[in-house]
Amino acid sequence: MIPLSWYMVLATILFSIGIYGFLVRRNIIIMFLSIELMLNAVNLNLVAMSHYLDSLRGQSFILFIITVAAAEAAIGLGLVIVLFRNKKTVYVDHINELKG
Amino acid sequence: MLSQLIFLYCALVIISTALLAVRFHNPVYSVLSVLVLFFHIAGLYLLLNAEFLAAIQIIVYAGGILILYLFVLFLVNLRQEIKSQRFVAHHRLSTVVSIILGLSLLAIIPYFKLGAKGNYPVARIEQLTHTKAIAMELYSTFILPFELAGLILLIAVVGGLVLARNDKEETADDVRDSTATATPEVQK
Repeated sequence: MIPLSWYMVLATILFSIGIYGFLVRRNIIIMFLSIELMLNAVNLNLVAMSHYLDSLRGQSFILFIITVAAAEAAIGLGLVIVLFRNKKTVYVDHINELKG
Repeated sequence: MLSQLIFLYCALVIISTALLAVRFHNPVYSVLSVLVLFFHIAGLYLLLNAEFLAAIQIIVYAGGILILYLFVLFLVNLRQEIKSQRFVAHHRLSTVVSIILGLSLLAIIPYFKLGAKGNYPVARIEQLTHTKAIAMELYSTFILPFELAGLILLIAVVGGLVLARNDKEETADDVRDSTATATPEVQK
């Protein structure tokens, strides 16, 4: 039997890697991919906890998280396409019109 | 014992592919390593007796969302990406911040206590089958959030269509119309 803390440690490490990728990369598409990593870490935590709690609350919550992740990917990537069409770049440090 | 070995294998692959995904030069390799990661997370879901969620993970994440990422990657300029700098200017500070955050989250974990048990033990889920059990929970307790999830998907479809539409022809038509209406006034 696998202890619950193993799943929690794995989810924490995955979440930290997602944060690292989001903060470090310049490419906005890889930043979205890091957000997906973080959402997957939370999903893993929810499934593990609802399994060890004999409950299905967490597992039904995951369906909503996946829905929101799909919506976020569609809208966010649409925004990336519009950004690339207008500015010819996907790098976040080139998008600095508002900088004083 | 066997399940622990399977868990350790999945955890190793998940962590290494996640690290590779945020460090690869080529974004296509990043997306493909995230694909491997999603398959191994589905393996962990199977280990937790959540076979419906494992199927959803593979179908929606690996089959839907990642394909969307690949298509958008092919629309932007890949050749420039491979040559240019991967990281932002202050990436050392960001690395330190994320390591500190991860260590503090790990330090909190031993103080976690499980709450009260629910009414779906593993034996009951296995007797009902996981899909039926999750559908009973979803269509009774969470019926209103389920409808709202459909609304979110509708808004995402409409928003994606509006954002990705190329309205250059329309603006050209608008310009022609405005000049066509403007020129007679000038002639007057």
